[in-house]
Amino acid sequence: MSASVVDNTVSSGNSSVAIPTDISGQILDLDEDDELEVFSKDTSTTQTDGSSFNASMQTSPASMINQYKFEEEEEDADTKDIFVTVDNPESHVTAIETYITYRVETKTTRSEFDSSEFEVRRRYQDFLWLKGRLEEAHPTLIVHPLPEKFVMKGMVERFNEDFIETRRRALHKFLNKIAEHPIFSSSEDFKIFLTAGSGELTSHKKQGPGFLSRMGETVKAVAAAVRGVRNRPQEFTDMQEYAEAFSQKISSLDKVTQRIVREQKEYLEELKECGPTYALWSQSEQELAEPLKNVAGCVDNCCKETEEQVKHLNDHLIPVLHEYVLCADTLKAVLRRRDNIQADFEGKTEALATKKADRDADSKVLSLAWDSLVGRSPEEVKQQKQQKLKGEIKEMRDELDKAEDRLEWANNALKTDWTRWQKVMRTDLRSAFIDTAERNVSYYEKCLAVWESFLQSQRTDAEGNGNVDSS
Amino acid sequence: VERTSLLKMMEISVAEAEKRTGKNAVNMQETYTVYLIETRPVDAASEGTNPVPDSLWRRYSEFELLRNYLLVTYPFSVVPPLPEKRAEFVWHKLSADNMDPDFVERRRVGLENFLLRVASHPDLSSDKIFYSFLTEENGWKETVFETGFQAKADSRLKALNATFRVKNPDKRFAEMKHYGDELQSVISQLLRVRARAADRLYGVYKVHGNYGRVFSEWSAIEKEMGDGLQSAGHHMDAYAASVDDILEEEEHYADQLKEYLFYADALRAVCRKHELTQYELEMAAQDLTSKKQQREELATGTIRTFSLKGMTSKLFGQETPEQREAKLKMLETQIEEGEELVKERNAECEEFVKSAWVDIERFKEQKDHDLREALISYAIMQISMCKKGIQVWNNAKECFSKM
Repeated sequence: MSASVVDNTVSSGNSSVAIPTDISGQILDLDEDDELEVFSKDTSTTQTDGSSFNASMQTSPASMINQYKFEEEEEDADTKDIFVTVDNPESHVTAIETYITYRVETKTTRSEFDSSEFEVRRRYQDFLWLKGRLEEAHPTLIVHPLPEKFVMKGMVERFNEDFIETRRRALHKFLNKIAEHPIFSSSEDFKIFLTAGSGELTSHKKQGPGFLSRMGETVKAVAAAVRGVRNRPQEFTDMQEYAEAFSQKISSLDKVTQRIVREQKEYLEELKECGPTYALWSQSEQELAEPLKNVAGCVDNCCKETEEQVKHLNDHLIPVLHEYVLCADTLKAVLRRRDNIQADFEGKTEALATKKADRDADSKVLSLAWDSLVGRSPEEVKQQKQQKLKGEIKEMRDELDKAEDRLEWANNALKTDWTRWQKVMRTDLRSAFIDTAERNVSYYEKCLAVWESFLQSQRTDAEGNGNVDSS
Repeated sequence: VERTSLLKMMEISVAEAEKRTGKNAVNMQETYTVYLIETRPVDAASEGTNPVPDSLWRRYSEFELLRNYLLVTYPFSVVPPLPEKRAEFVWHKLSADNMDPDFVERRRVGLENFLLRVASHPDLSSDKIFYSFLTEENGWKETVFETGFQAKADSRLKALNATFRVKNPDKRFAEMKHYGDELQSVISQLLRVRARAADRLYGVYKVHGNYGRVFSEWSAIEKEMGDGLQSAGHHMDAYAASVDDILEEEEHYADQLKEYLFYADALRAVCRKHELTQYELEMAAQDLTSKKQQREELATGTIRTFSLKGMTSKLFGQETPEQREAKLKMLETQIEEGEELVKERNAECEEFVKSAWVDIERFKEQKDHDLREALISYAIMQISMCKKGIQVWNNAKECFSKM
């Protein structure tokens, strides 16, 4: 799985480029170049070192299960019939641009797939396209976030290994979340994404709703948003409040964790000087030389462990928290879209009522004067108008029915997916926190062993010298 | 701790510290701290009775006076150091204020340690001024000044001069002085690095307290996850709070290192005293040699060395035999005195080297023992810190599992 351009064994800690700690003021620049992003919100302060993903990238289904098996019973874990991997970033240079593609490998036993193994190469744009299609088809379902665009002109190397690795992992997660979703995973677009050759994909992309119809949808959406929803059911208001609160909390956790990483790194810097100082001291001593050298060694070992622990936080906890920060935004977006659908329905309802009122009002009015002037009998005119209105009303009724169906479907889909999302969120965050706690325990256990071996050596030393120290 | 005759007799402790205000030497109001020195006869406890100990109050400046007296009176002893006058090597949470209660407490411990060190020193423990420092509250200061020790003190200039000019110091002392320099330098560095690391570690732990707060807030909006989050939050708070104890313990370790940082100074003082006595011996010997040479020249009439007298006599004629006779007689006397002086100084020097080296050896053993114990106690502290960490994170993990 070695990349041709990117070496996955990146050492953690310092990347070769200095990344300022506060980059919030410089992120809004959007280039054509979308190849460079990390998993971050616009205004968060991020330094993900994203070093090599250790050991979990084998392609065998068994290891996949290990990676995604949750504490609680997950239906998919036993019946999972599709496994997707994203790896092997490669750089492509054309006359116009340079971009990165990733290998996407699929192994599946599903009957709707022609074969059981597929391997394709995809670039970020393709992922974006897939996400867009899924959102379009299911506006009130929750699509897992993609790593964001994050461009700083010239501040960060375009093809920085850490960024590419971080993005690769995020893309991998994205596809797997899609694969695990009961509705998305059977999407035709998803299938094509996984299996089509690049030419096939390009032509399929073109088949989507045209630009104009997309614009039309957008206009409608804006209109609906402006109109606002009148009678939002309480349950959706509750969801809105939850989404807001969740967004705040998860952002806080993200910031706290990043702060911890920063403090740990600074602690590490100071600690790195301790060991050498003890070693220096040992050179002036005779009896004390050995215990001092020993202590120096212990401190150095603890340094190594601290370094590993920081790396783990960076590589495992922070990406997950970032994902859910973006998820919170997705939740809010989904609720907005649902509101728009309801607003649309309400608007149509109003319009129909108005039209009906027109019709009723109209049947009573005899506008004799004008019509006799133009030579039509009042009865005729009335009939014509009534027919026209009847036609219009029927059309509007049909539209309204469709809107009602759409609304009902959207509501149900959202409710179901919301519940599903909450389960997944709970599982993901729980296992991320458990993982972190375990890692911290392991860190302390290793340091404990280091110091206990020192004590042991001092005891045996003392016994060897004939004086037993009771320590 | 050596069981000197003093320690066999009494128990010594610095039990308390108190703030006082009063007028100082220039009649200005000042606030200072006094320390309660308690002494109690050793056999009292074994008899089953618990009599009230004798006690008196002393302030830091009196301890300094005592130590200066000991330095002058026992120049061949490595005199135990006092705890630092002002807080150094502080990190942000630690106060540099002398009135800060934590600083006062650590100083109280340091002063007690000082007294015990002196009391267990084979030579210093039998000193009368030391004894009355422990037992006579009033008039002690006057007693010290009456010893006239201040007059015996070597001026800095004299000592510095000797250091530069001495020709044949004992090699061992030169090495010891060099060792003292190195020890001071490396311990200073270690204390600095340790203080910075402590500062950072404090930050790491305290930030985890934010987890506690956010988990708690988050748990309010979740149904099934609420309990697990809430209790995990408590553990994060506990984790954040645990750093205070950890760093307080480490401060004890720092104090142990500081003691030997200051001991390095005392060690160097002994070496410098050797240089001074050696230098004075060399000066006396040199003086004697030149006087003997003068006598020879005068007796034989040959001028081997350039001297103003020689020149003037060349220019203005020889002196009379009577003058020469008188000069010779004077020189003889001076030579006799000079030889006495050299003998004296030589004896002093030898005596000093012998006593000082004994105490330096004693000091070395004490240092090796104490510092090794300090390193062991540091390891034990680290182990305790790790155990706490394991416990907290295991607890947190339990809570997370219930999420």
